[in-house]
Amino acid sequence: MIPGEFTYHRPSTVAEAVAILASHGDEARPLAGGHSIIPMMKLRMAAPEHLIDLSGVADLKGIREEGGAIVIGAMTTQHELIASDLLASKLPIIRETSLLIADPQIRYLGTIGGNVANGDPGNDMPALMQCLNASYKVVGPNGEREIAARDFYEAAYFTALAPEELVTAVVIPVPPAGHGFAYEKLKRKVGDYATAAAAVVLTMSGGSVSSCSVALTNVGDTPLYAAEACDILTGSTLDADTVNRAVAAAEAITRPASDGRGPAEYRTKMAGVMLRRALARAAERANG
Amino acid sequence: MSDIEQVPVTLTVNGKKVQRFVEPRTLLIHFLREELNLTGPHIGCETSHCGVCTVELNGMSVKSCTMFAAQANGAEITTIEGMANEDGTLSALQEGFRQMHGLQCGFCTPGMIMRAHVLLKENPDPTEQEIRMGISGNLCRCTGYQNIVKAIQYAAAKLQGRDFQEAAE
Repeated sequence: MIPGEFTYHRPSTVAEAVAILASHGDEARPLAGGHSIIPMMKLRMAAPEHLIDLSGVADLKGIREEGGAIVIGAMTTQHELIASDLLASKLPIIRETSLLIADPQIRYLGTIGGNVANGDPGNDMPALMQCLNASYKVVGPNGEREIAARDFYEAAYFTALAPEELVTAVVIPVPPAGHGFAYEKLKRKVGDYATAAAAVVLTMSGGSVSSCSVALTNVGDTPLYAAEACDILTGSTLDADTVNRAVAAAEAITRPASDGRGPAEYRTKMAGVMLRRALARAAERANG
Repeated sequence: MSDIEQVPVTLTVNGKKVQRFVEPRTLLIHFLREELNLTGPHIGCETSHCGVCTVELNGMSVKSCTMFAAQANGAEITTIEGMANEDGTLSALQEGFRQMHGLQCGFCTPGMIMRAHVLLKENPDPTEQEIRMGISGNLCRCTGYQNIVKAIQYAAAKLQGRDFQEAAE
């Protein structure tokens, strides 16, 4: 399979990349790890006339702590996320989730920026970013803005990002030390997209939940932040009745497709099962 | 001929510097096979699932069917053709696949060996589970993986100066 023709650009700065995007509008696409767009181009489901390879833009790389937040450059690969000591100590759920994405070869090239910006509901990072209340730094011809992950996704492959804008970094508030976390993903085989997955971050104090955040992957045409489930769980001791009510609230917001991963009803129930497991594991890991 | 401007690509492949002009849409796998006549890296699924096109690129394992040659500009690449020892004898991994019957039809073998090569560089003494997860991006439809895992264990042991005691299945 051979992709259609395109002109190859390899800018070395964000400003240069944005200028190329701006001059070609939606005929241009950024190229990060390439593991979504290149298969799409081979299948001729995408045919951009200009590809802007971001791998030469040094400013898009790296993981650093800034104030109370972790800032991850958009071109940081999943392999680098897994290897990062800073993330292992401050945000271990990123490593846990990254290890469930695709396979080792793809993780060497696949990037966090590509994963969050592409708008594919099968991607794992978007729900995780909603769970962590992350925001995306976005640069366009008119300068920089920040968009909350919870406001970013509009429909499958439709996001708040304009065609001439570029996601440059992901900004994640550091959760309190001792927080509990879990990403539970049901998939048919290693490397598959989720049949359903749930991300949970919570803090406990005196045996009850003092804060809780829940988001779901691939059970709707966007990632889903489960606000009502969070409200139900906060203040509880995670007793069976409360967990049942929270799971029902989370299941109620799902709108999965019926496809090769199962009928919609099944995937909704599996989202509930993933949430139950993630809650149990997060509570076990939390101090307090 | 297309109007699209060709781009220069300079690579070091199996220790040898090569320089070509390519169409931007040229995939790395096609460049290796058709420009350089390196047909060890295979073409399988073409959608980054099967791993038969795996090569080592700057110390990473990559699926060369899902990368443009232009993206690899400046890289150092090793393919299966560059895996034998300098004196022409088999490397530890190649020997492991032979001794442990790590192949039947052989189609997945170049990709398996190139993936295992980087896995053992990063983790010289992997557990069985780490090997299985480490090759999870490579499909084999003959062996059931048992002897591939053993082949990699054989190579890991040999590279660490130990004997591998188990027999092939």
